[in-house]
Amino acid sequence: MTPPSETAAAEIEVEADFEELAEKKPWYIRTIEMARQQPLAASGFVIIIIMLLMAIFADLLTVFPAEDNDLEYMLAEPGTIHSDLELTFLLGADQFGRDLLTRIVYGARTALFVGFTCAIIGSTLGLILGVASAYFGGWFDLVVQRVVDVVMAFPLIILALAVVATLGPGTQNVIIAITIPFIPQCARVVRSNALAIREIPYVDAARALGFSNARIIMRHMVPNVMAPYLIMLTSFLGQAILLEASLSYLGMGVQEPTPAWGLMLQGGAEEFAESAPWVAIWPGVAISLAVFAFNLFGDGVRDTLDPKLRSR
Amino acid sequence: MSKYILKRLLMLIPTLIGAAIFVFFLLRLVPGDVCELRLAGTGLYADPAEIALCQKNLGLDQPLIVQFFDFLWGYVVFDLGDSMWTGFPVVHEIGLRFELSLQVAIMATAVAVIIAIPLGVISAVKQDTWIDYVVRTFSIAGIAMPSFWLGILIILGLLISTQHFLGEPWMPPIDYVPIWEDPMRNLSQLIWPAVATGYRYSAVATRMTRSALLEVLREDYVRTARAKGLIEKIIINRHALKNSLLPVVTIIAIEFAFLMGGLVVTEQVFNLNGLGKLFVESVGAQDFNMTQQLVMLVVVIFVFTNLFVDVLYAWLDPRIRYS
Amino acid sequence: MTHLTTKLALTALIGAGLVIGSIAEAAPKSGGVLNYVVGSKIPSYDGHVESTFGMIHPIRPFYSTLIRVNPSNPADPSDFVCDVCEGDVPKGEEGGTKFTFKIRKDVKFHDGTPMTAHDVKATMDKVVFPPKGVASNRKAFFRAVDSITADNDYQVTFKLKFPTGTFIPALALPFNFIYAKKDLDAHGYQWHKKNINGTGPFKFVQHQKGSFVEGVKNPTYHFKGQPYLDGIKAISAPKLAVRVQAIRGDRAAIEFRGFPPKHRDDLVKALGDKITVQESDWNCVLMMTPNHKVKPFDDVRVRRALTLAIDRWGGSKYLSRIAIVKTVGGVVYPNHEFAATPEELSKLAGYSKDVKGSRAEAKKLLKEAGVNLNFELHNRGVDQPYKVVGTWLIDQWKKGLGAKVKQRVQPSPPFYATLRKKKDFDVSVDFNCQSVINPIADITKFLSTAGNNYSQGGDAKADAIYAKLEKSADPKEQRALIRQYEKRVIDDAMVAAITLWWYKINPHRSYVKGWKIAPSHYLNQHLDNVWLDK
Repeated sequence: MTPPSETAAAEIEVEADFEELAEKKPWYIRTIEMARQQPLAASGFVIIIIMLLMAIFADLLTVFPAEDNDLEYMLAEPGTIHSDLELTFLLGADQFGRDLLTRIVYGARTALFVGFTCAIIGSTLGLILGVASAYFGGWFDLVVQRVVDVVMAFPLIILALAVVATLGPGTQNVIIAITIPFIPQCARVVRSNALAIREIPYVDAARALGFSNARIIMRHMVPNVMAPYLIMLTSFLGQAILLEASLSYLGMGVQEPTPAWGLMLQGGAEEFAESAPWVAIWPGVAISLAVFAFNLFGDGVRDTLDPKLRSR
Repeated sequence: MSKYILKRLLMLIPTLIGAAIFVFFLLRLVPGDVCELRLAGTGLYADPAEIALCQKNLGLDQPLIVQFFDFLWGYVVFDLGDSMWTGFPVVHEIGLRFELSLQVAIMATAVAVIIAIPLGVISAVKQDTWIDYVVRTFSIAGIAMPSFWLGILIILGLLISTQHFLGEPWMPPIDYVPIWEDPMRNLSQLIWPAVATGYRYSAVATRMTRSALLEVLREDYVRTARAKGLIEKIIINRHALKNSLLPVVTIIAIEFAFLMGGLVVTEQVFNLNGLGKLFVESVGAQDFNMTQQLVMLVVVIFVFTNLFVDVLYAWLDPRIRYS
Repeated sequence: MTHLTTKLALTALIGAGLVIGSIAEAAPKSGGVLNYVVGSKIPSYDGHVESTFGMIHPIRPFYSTLIRVNPSNPADPSDFVCDVCEGDVPKGEEGGTKFTFKIRKDVKFHDGTPMTAHDVKATMDKVVFPPKGVASNRKAFFRAVDSITADNDYQVTFKLKFPTGTFIPALALPFNFIYAKKDLDAHGYQWHKKNINGTGPFKFVQHQKGSFVEGVKNPTYHFKGQPYLDGIKAISAPKLAVRVQAIRGDRAAIEFRGFPPKHRDDLVKALGDKITVQESDWNCVLMMTPNHKVKPFDDVRVRRALTLAIDRWGGSKYLSRIAIVKTVGGVVYPNHEFAATPEELSKLAGYSKDVKGSRAEAKKLLKEAGVNLNFELHNRGVDQPYKVVGTWLIDQWKKGLGAKVKQRVQPSPPFYATLRKKKDFDVSVDFNCQSVINPIADITKFLSTAGNNYSQGGDAKADAIYAKLEKSADPKEQRALIRQYEKRVIDDAMVAAITLWWYKINPHRSYVKGWKIAPSHYLNQHLDNVWLDK
């Protein structure tokens, strides 16, 4: 199964393109270099890491129960001390007397879970669909592209709203609703990149040599569309978190008593914005910061991987 | 060129039919209907026979496939039907809201352009300096803040600050007056959502201006101009900016199409009687007919904007050839 | 400022507001346009068909009804007065089976035609005996009506099949708009869905879809000197925050449904005596309905455990600060003479002030039934008060029973489909919300035959008690029967539970005078006695 030298050369060449991304230097030096080149992306990355740690170690980081009501301390101001537990509500308490900081820390779990799940599933399915569409071409491509047209013609929020209205609110359905519009977006971008790869002679050569479709797709096509794939993936992360918050605001997102930032805003932002501003401000800050960080990081990834890529 | 346009127009047909099928069946997957909500939804007593009667009057008792072809037939005979909630024709219901949404979309796009182009240019020219970082941080911050949250803060901020400085709390009007009837009142209502949305939407356009300009700045003719000793400002204004505008225009046009139907959340916060609010209300009321027609309208706006952009591209950029 | 002083200041301001509201009744001024915000949308204009306050608030001022809740005393659930009839509301003759109404001679439709008894008859015929295929949403309230006759141009007689306490309150329903016979004859029964020709204090001007409805003073209104306002404008604002801000920024003067307590406090704090607050118990109640066909809720012990674990008194104290619920009550609107007294209440499951004792009993019941509770609470996707109360209930069951409860929230249409058709819920938040307080009609929700009893269960004994109650004409007997019924449906058989009654809070601009809060957002909305003190 040794490919002839011509194909191998092409293969090496293409792979070398990719190797450029990962030069052979120790990772920490590379990290520092990257951070120096892209200070914004690096700061975004730091925020993301902090959030990830918050999400993973939520149980260790918090002292209050996240879901139990404690109505005596309803809307307690920041700094109020819980007399029985002898603990301080650092950011204050919400309308059910739950510690706001605790719920924000646990909320990171929900946000990141929704964000990563939607972004990874959405862009991966998009990748598969896009590559397959480009590779097989013909009728398959035509049909897939028309379906993509249809789904992409709907504004994101409208599509997500319609899907949640169909499935009903709840974490799992919110994830589905957010993921579905992501798939065609990624598929479209991946396809246009994959089309160019497909035209490169070695793909024909590989096919002539009798390599299976799966092998050609996995070995030759997929690695070459990793750049647009990763760019789409990172840009989805922030969008997913924001969409989840918007759906929650419209009452169709994650539901009580699960701690989630959008939900905290929906229940508290308007009603208590004045009488207990901490209830409205902190979850909003958390959402903004998270989306901000993912966008900074995403921009960095985009600049690094492909400065010419134009799609959103 | 005309062949290309014709081909693209023909390709719209399956897209539109697909969208019609998609929205029709998606809506009907949700259990419940407009009659139950209208008659029983308030907790008052409702007679099941009355609900059945209401369903019959709206044709909801027909088989789905019959309802679907009724819906498609409406396009053939140019009758979009009536709202299932109010009973008034859909065209009539959409008309006034369309006007408002269009105005907000235009104003927001203008705001976005006013913010994005200068910032994008500064950011590209001062690439990788602290000015670049500040500009990019500012524009990304816009996209990161949830629009409803920003809206609440704006209105509350207006109320509190006007009371503090003027003595009486002031907020934008909550009902719409067309701009030709009372421009001041119209603008005092719509300027806030336009700024909030425009700022949000400027982020993408800023990024696009920056990267497109950077790309052009690296091209040969710009280098030549520089070598000839032209002043940087002239290079940017005369040569670079003009040539980098194409992708920026594309992005702005596509965003405009999204603004027409996608301002779901902002319209809620500012109580704008536009298409987005109508959409949320129609979905909430299971007003199938209204929702279908609204979605189709947004889809049509979107696909035609896309077509328009592509044709514009082909026309403006001689390097692009369509077969 | 500390919490305590803030609270004291607020209490003082609210107190002051109430006082100002009540002394300035003296001399109504004429003129001005009342802007008010409405949080729900208008379906058709036909009051006989629709049931939402989204229609009542903007459209009711264009119409009259035969009788209505007394606008000067709307808090009294049994004080009805004539609108287009003359004199007092008649007492039943012939053992309470015949009611004769004298009709005013000075009532005119907005198109100029005089209104007569024939119009009243035609209207009530449409409501009570609609032809096949014509909708009339509340005809069941008039089950007892045998015939309606116009004896002459100015007299209408209703004959009943049996005497019933539900007839007069049903007649006062704000939905019974009087239509012109000639309109019904000429245009048919659907015309009023899109057209308005009433006899009310205001004439319809325009409806900008989704935005506002405008009305102008009716100069030929039958109550001379009224309305005081030159016009009305009902502005649609689906977001609660927008409605609150609208009053603060004076884009609207009042909202008639009700605001949560914190918004009241914000308004009073920001505007001081420019805001007047009116508060009242509300003829709406949130319920908790287990599905009798789903295990383990088929077991009455489990159902009783659910209600025993709820600390209603504690809930009332705390939730009344963040939600539009407050009053602890049984099946009847708390301020009605038929409502249970506190002593009577305390004997019902889940109403004892000894919460620990109730919860111990609940745990014992669960143990007997051999059940560890782990279920889903089905709720409606509306914040106030559904989701607030839902979150609280989940915590109550966790604390009281160690139950693991998840919440499934649905937007209104699928929420109803689940209750009415799919019936695949474990326990649901449910509600009962009526306009005119009519206890004997309002408590039918627990009957095993009731269309809006979503528990899929019932109680034969309760049904039998109700059959006696419906035909009873003696208030004493009625009250005693209601007590027996109540004990069955929310305790012994636990068909469904009452959680907390709603509490209506209407902060409005102090210049709005003459409007008095009623125990329902459907009532006292004709606005003929409202005036502006500007």
